Amino acid sequence: MLLIVCPYCGKRPEIEFSYGGQAHIARPLQPSQLDDEAWAEFLYMRANTKGVYAERWRHSRGCGRFFNALRDTTTDHFLAFYESGEARPGLPATAAPTAAPERKT
Amino acid sequence: MSSDFRTASGGRVDRAQPLRFTFDGKSYQGVAGDTLASALLANGVHLTARSFKYHRPRGIMAAGSEEPNALVTVIRDAGRTTPNLRATQVELYEGLTAESQNRWPSLSFDVGRINDRLSAFFPAGFYYKTFMWPRKAWKAFYEPMIRRAAGLGKAPVQPDPDRYAQRYAHCDVLVVGAGPAGIAAALAAAASGSRVILCDETAEFGGSLLGESRATIDGQSGSDWVASSVATLAQNARVTLLARTTAFGYFPHNFVGLIERLSDHLPAPYKGQRRERLWQVRARAVVLAAGAIERPLVFPGNDRPGILLAGAAHTYLNRYGVRVGTRAVIVTSCDDAYQTALDLKAAGVSVAAIADLRAEATGALPDAARHQGIEVLPGSTVLGTEGNLRVHAITLGRVRGGQVQGGQRVDCDTVLMSGGFTPSVHLFSQSRGKLEWNEALKAFVPGASAECERSAGACRGVYALADVLADGAACGAAAAPEPNRSPPRFSVQAIERRGDAHLGVLPQSVPPSDEKSFVDWQHDVTIRDLQLATREGFQSIEHVKRYTTTGMATDQGKTSNLNAMAIVAKSLDAAVPQVGLTTFRMPYTPVTFGSMAGISRGDLFDPVRTTPTHGWAQGRGAVFENVGLWKRARYFPRDGEHMHAAVARECLAVRSACGIFDASTLGKIEVVGPDAAEFMNRLYINSWTSLGVGRSRYGILLRDDGFIYDDGVVARTGTDRFHVTTTTGGAPRVLAMMEDYRQTEWPDLEVWLTSTTEQWAVIAVQGPKSRLVLESLVEGIDIGAAAFPHMSVGRGRICGAPTLLFRVSFTGELGFEINVPADFGLAVWEAVYGRGREHGITEYGTETMHVLRAEKGYIIVGQDTDGTVTPDDAGLTWAIGKNKPDYVGKRSLDRASMKSPDRKHLVGLRTKDPRLVLEEGAQVADKAGQKPPMELIGHVTSSYASSVLGHSIALGLVAGGRNRLGQTLYVPMPGGDLEVEVTSPVFYDPAGARINA
Repeated sequence: MLLIVCPYCGKRPEIEFSYGGQAHIARPLQPSQLDDEAWAEFLYMRANTKGVYAERWRHSRGCGRFFNALRDTTTDHFLAFYESGEARPGLPATAAPTAAPERKT
Repeated sequence: MSSDFRTASGGRVDRAQPLRFTFDGKSYQGVAGDTLASALLANGVHLTARSFKYHRPRGIMAAGSEEPNALVTVIRDAGRTTPNLRATQVELYEGLTAESQNRWPSLSFDVGRINDRLSAFFPAGFYYKTFMWPRKAWKAFYEPMIRRAAGLGKAPVQPDPDRYAQRYAHCDVLVVGAGPAGIAAALAAAASGSRVILCDETAEFGGSLLGESRATIDGQSGSDWVASSVATLAQNARVTLLARTTAFGYFPHNFVGLIERLSDHLPAPYKGQRRERLWQVRARAVVLAAGAIERPLVFPGNDRPGILLAGAAHTYLNRYGVRVGTRAVIVTSCDDAYQTALDLKAAGVSVAAIADLRAEATGALPDAARHQGIEVLPGSTVLGTEGNLRVHAITLGRVRGGQVQGGQRVDCDTVLMSGGFTPSVHLFSQSRGKLEWNEALKAFVPGASAECERSAGACRGVYALADVLADGAACGAAAAPEPNRSPPRFSVQAIERRGDAHLGVLPQSVPPSDEKSFVDWQHDVTIRDLQLATREGFQSIEHVKRYTTTGMATDQGKTSNLNAMAIVAKSLDAAVPQVGLTTFRMPYTPVTFGSMAGISRGDLFDPVRTTPTHGWAQGRGAVFENVGLWKRARYFPRDGEHMHAAVARECLAVRSACGIFDASTLGKIEVVGPDAAEFMNRLYINSWTSLGVGRSRYGILLRDDGFIYDDGVVARTGTDRFHVTTTTGGAPRVLAMMEDYRQTEWPDLEVWLTSTTEQWAVIAVQGPKSRLVLESLVEGIDIGAAAFPHMSVGRGRICGAPTLLFRVSFTGELGFEINVPADFGLAVWEAVYGRGREHGITEYGTETMHVLRAEKGYIIVGQDTDGTVTPDDAGLTWAIGKNKPDYVGKRSLDRASMKSPDRKHLVGLRTKDPRLVLEEGAQVADKAGQKPPMELIGHVTSSYASSVLGHSIALGLVAGGRNRLGQTLYVPMPGGDLEVEVTSPVFYDPAGARINA
């Protein structure tokens, strides 16, 4: 079970959360302006990254808030947690095999 | 003492406490401290099992959890019958009853042994090759036969009467394994104040030290050092000691599953005693001190009862005071087995020879053996063994210059083998750590860690006791959050032990013996099976594993994996690390379902949600159905009515007079804020800005792919406030979807969402007389036809309780839905029911609700829709807000395929035979008399008998359905086609006069 650091509540076990898929995919502001291909790209196409992946989580059995995380899909180690709407943070220099990192303050 | 094989003294058993037990119906005596295996061996019993495939006689081979052969069923009573327990792990208690498995009629005479003679028909992958022909024989003959023969042990048929506990725990350092490395690690970590959990799968801490006969630590014997160290740890309040506790799984972020056996070792657990406890431990750091498993040797006839691992014989002698035989031959590639030989000889066992696989046997231990007069034969190999139910001779060969020479037959009743040790890297590998091949040890050892984890001692190939203790102490010290800068040091006196681990088959003469050489004892995989697999083209060890099933038995190949890999590597002419290792998976040893379920069984399996009128409905004899977690009254039978009659009566009552229905399970979400209307506009397909306060509207929610996700009546209860209802099952996912858009797409909107499902009781009062019933009960709202038309919403009081009153209908009749705070629900229900009696009010359930709504063609999301239905498919285009630039799903509805005339439309289906009720899910065709594969154009989604209309009704999704009105279609069923006519989905009061009454 993953240990996830909710930016608002702190470290909690995975069972308190629901997964929200790939992060940083904004719904187009004017969908009617898109052709079918561009709309399908938004609707269906997702990365299947081997390595560091930006993804959404929701603390659904806690505060209810959505937030984003960087997770290395090869190790399941989290590299960062950050609020929805924030830019994807840069990677730390080394990813030490420790428990989930504390949220930056 | 009746047993000839128990020593007079020594070991950790209590000879003053005899224990009676039975094995296969025969009574034996053991002593306190025995395992079932040691007690059987003390009685001279080696034959304990028949093998899985060939039914060969098998004996106890090991002394720990790696035992591949001696699987037994332990029986307390009909519900407490546990199959496939390793006799080496079953602690003896007074009256223990155990039985062998996989044999008929008895262990010493087993008919299944014929498989051994027929083994030519059971090569590797035989189940992919045989039983293929004739095809019809599969169901009638092969499958029943295979089902009877397959499997190990039998599951109990009674429900499990025991209770299982579960516990979460956090610690700084979790130490897995309480041998010398684990104890040293725990001492070092605890010394700096860490919270430590130390667990071991056996009943007693100490591991190999419990059977250690010579070495001393700080001047103490091994067992004395264990006792004093464990006492030190036990006094530390920050240390938790868990014996009989197996770490069975290592999950991400240092989450480790432990299973603690609480009562299986007790003769009579007290009432309420938990049987097992599942620990879910989150550790800041983990020290793995899992030890190593002795590696068996692969030679012809290596599976006869009486052939054991040398270290197991050492453990049985020194820990349990049991001699495993009277005359032993020892076959080894390392010095450890010499210590076994010396100890056995000292205990009065004759040691016929030590056959050393090494070309030379020199050093302290071989010299000591020779000094004791034991014949040492360097450069040996094994060419075969003899004996049926027990080994009685072994044939040794000599390897000279790469050639195997002649045989020397030696009589014996015991063969003890040692091919060195295999580090237990199971948990390390589960943690996703990288394994590295160590050529000197001929084993994989832990490389880079993936988690905050350290391996210590034998599980990383460190074997000498002094090194093991130092390694454990260093790991424990480093694992502590406040690293211990002066870890304990230990002064060890021990004889030097050298050894070469051996891999793969022992050298054989040409041609080799016809006898089977086993690699995987538990799954009966021989060297020939592995060679056949590579000859047939399998190259990946993962494929060989699945094809031959090597390493796939309940022991997960603890004793077999490395030998199998080496044999495959040799067949492929590849280096061992190139062939690689198969994945280690949890659980390390089998874990009961009971411990996983914990208290989540029976009534506690799932939470139950009940409405405020649940007790009232129960009192009326309602029949309930599960809808999600809710219990809903399905119908209210009177005077022994069946469902059909009850539903017919309830429907008639609603259509002719008045019905009352508990709709409290409807999901309710309060949408509040200055931007509430804009939020609803962007989300739902309908137009909300134009909806006035005090009015409601049937809302439809799509996903962005354009398909219907949920529906429900939405009321505007203020300029900034909407009361949104959802389907009963859809409430959580609708709220989650709303939150997703609110938080991540439109954070600029000022709007708040609150689930109010359980705050409101909802009482539907439906039927032509419903206004008559409510008139005198409602205060503050004029519910007259003109003042309170269809889809009105008002705030007032009913029976003194505050109410949000809806004029809505899911029945097609004049109707109201009374929302009151849930605590008032029952009182209001009873008051309305009381007032309604003079008007013929009738309680009705979900089944009647379904019939009434289907008569009106109202859809149920999830029944008449399936995630591929658009509003237009369902005939709901009228609900779309026409002038909205966007809403969720709008862009997808513009795709050409969403407007195709061939899309499936929701239509009515009327059977030509009015009494015939179609089956929901039945397919629809436009051609009669088709044979499979048929051309199908749709399916039936809802189907009921309508007592009001006097004929059956059905809804269905049919390709181009609205262009087929009046056409005859066919529903193919096993008895032939059923004819149906395509109609409008609205069967009852299509003009809607009644609803607006």
